[in-house]
Amino acid sequence: MPDRTSCRFCNAIPVGLEISDTLVIEVQDLNVVFGRGARSFHAVRDVSFGVDRGQSFGLVGESGSGKTTVLRAIAGLLGNVAHVTGAMKVADEELKQNRSRPFRRRVQMVFQDPYGSLHPRHTVDAILSEPARVHQLDRIKDRVVKALEEVGLDASFRFRYPHQISGGQRQRVSVARALIIEPDIVLLDEPTSALDVSVQAEVLNLLMRLKREHRLTYVLVSHNLAVVAHMCETLSVMQNGAVVETMTVEQLRSHNPTQPYTKQLLTASLGYDRAAIDAFEEFDSK
Amino acid sequence: MTEHPMLIVEDLHVTYDTPTGVVRAVNGVSFELGREKLGIVGESGSGKSQTGRAILGLTAGGTVTAHRLEFEGIDLLNASERTMREIRGGRISMILQDPKYSLNPVMTIGAQIEEAFIIHSKATKQEARARTIEMLKAVRIREPERVYKTYPHEVSGGMGQRIMIAMMMIPEPAIIIADEPTSALDVTVQLQVLAILDDMITRRGTGLIFISHDLNLVASFCNRVLVMYAGKVMEQCSAAELANANHPYTQGLLNCLPRLDAGQDELPVLQRDPSWA
Ligand SMILES: Nc1ncnc2c1ncn2[C@@H]1O[C@H](COP(=O)(O)OP(=O)(O)OP(=O)(O)O)[C@@H](O)[C@H]1O
Ligand SMILES: Nc1ncnc2c1ncn2[C@@H]1O[C@H](COP(=O)(O)OP(=O)(O)OP(=O)(O)O)[C@@H](O)[C@H]1O
Ligand SMILES: [Mg+2]
Ligand SMILES: [Mg+2]
Repeated sequence: MPDRTSCRFCNAIPVGLEISDTLVIEVQDLNVVFGRGARSFHAVRDVSFGVDRGQSFGLVGESGSGKTTVLRAIAGLLGNVAHVTGAMKVADEELKQNRSRPFRRRVQMVFQDPYGSLHPRHTVDAILSEPARVHQLDRIKDRVVKALEEVGLDASFRFRYPHQISGGQRQRVSVARALIIEPDIVLLDEPTSALDVSVQAEVLNLLMRLKREHRLTYVLVSHNLAVVAHMCETLSVMQNGAVVETMTVEQLRSHNPTQPYTKQLLTASLGYDRAAIDAFEEFDSK
Repeated sequence: MTEHPMLIVEDLHVTYDTPTGVVRAVNGVSFELGREKLGIVGESGSGKSQTGRAILGLTAGGTVTAHRLEFEGIDLLNASERTMREIRGGRISMILQDPKYSLNPVMTIGAQIEEAFIIHSKATKQEARARTIEMLKAVRIREPERVYKTYPHEVSGGMGQRIMIAMMMIPEPAIIIADEPTSALDVTVQLQVLAILDDMITRRGTGLIFISHDLNLVASFCNRVLVMYAGKVMEQCSAAELANANHPYTQGLLNCLPRLDAGQDELPVLQRDPSWA
């Protein structure tokens, strides 16, 4: 009998019993418009995608193209700052304006900007305990210590404040905060961009292990194509609010995209090459 | 090593007293910086940011000591607060690791950049506005007129970084310390922004300290690299030689990278050797 309140980190729970193997995230014709009238801005245009349970879906593309906004729309974090249209379903629940409590337990987001999302006057311990308390979990202290350990931080970090730890350590705290309440679906916004390559490897291995053991589903936003290739089965490339191309990881690995924008992205991922940069084209997909 | 170093750092230490003991954030770092692009790489917590911040005296609550910490002949450890303010405001610029956090949340992006122009170049309000729009274009922000009127929480992560880069270039500093300046940018824009920075540095003979986790980027962009571990410099090499670095730590870091050309089940992680510390 699987017990959803037992600790994910201590004993693996056979999940997937109660939910079918089909699409767990469905986004259909998502549009997001910030502001009104003359100051309005159409940040996401007709974006559609689906993710199967236990799979990872990557979102890559231009800075400012709407990747974070897509995640925030799914998480229900756009509230009254934007006008959101289109249909979104998560685990058969049609998403309405307000997210249900079970939704908030099963869907967690790791934010792009860890400093901005960690309360400056709360210790690491308080930051990690809070979601566990909100969701009425037991043995909170054990969970906090275990969650820190999972992201490679020892217990001496518990009573430090965000400004007393390095950027990468803050990022790991925000990953730990998302995982501590054992979600099924994790929306990861640049989860490793502030991490060094070794901790990045540790965090990616951790995310992959959790995905395997608990059939977690991820939506991963990253600028690092190698990270996306490592984590995901499929990905969409965004530019200027719209999806320009959806492809499999095999296509990405074999440098075989169809769109010129994606080809340029692949060239750019090879490193700093002044001649190549001068040959970059502007793409406008409006 | 460097012919006319602008910055000399010798045996730099930064320590913090915490309830769980003394943290040695920087533990005996030495290097020189000339008119060049110097990369600093190394694992999280190895002291990269603290090294950059110590140069500018931005290590609140910490104790900084050094055998020498000199910028163009000025002893930074014993300089007056007034001298330090002048240096921070214009001679050495630092772009911090959490860019949006360093922008003023209640002022529009345009007003903040404009203010920097007015302070540093005595430009009129009108000139400052025109140059602000130009600057936003230079860092490849789409629709600069729209972004001019937005507040920091209304721009994306990568836009925030580009705005910080734009602001840092305004005073035409002698040295730029850039802490992960492009980690939130897509790879295309990242290279374009670095090309702009590169041009400016070459034109004005600026020295750049480029702190980054992106080993390939540092190897292809910088001239020289310091590899840090546990507050110390483990190894120094020319950037082009990074892939052939000697130290097992540096090799270990290179091995951790996921690869685009081939899939792996499990990524190798660093096996730390106690003899490194
Ligand atoms: N609260 C807001 N009000 C107005 N515009 C916004 C707001 N939040 C985001 N935007 C705009 O929406 C667009 C998309 O932003 P988003 O943060 O989704 O980009 P992104 O793809 O995540 O970029 P990056 O890779 O740089 O993080 C940007 O042009 C941004 O200025
Ligand atoms: N105010 C502080 N009090 C106590 N320890 C601190 C403080 N600031 C930094 N540290 C510690 O100093 C060490 C070096 O930090 P630093 O920010 O320089 O790391 P970094 O190399 O920049 O790492 P990252 O790549 O994660 O940004 C870390 O172990 C950090 O926890
Ligand atoms: Mg984003
Ligand atoms: Mg740092």
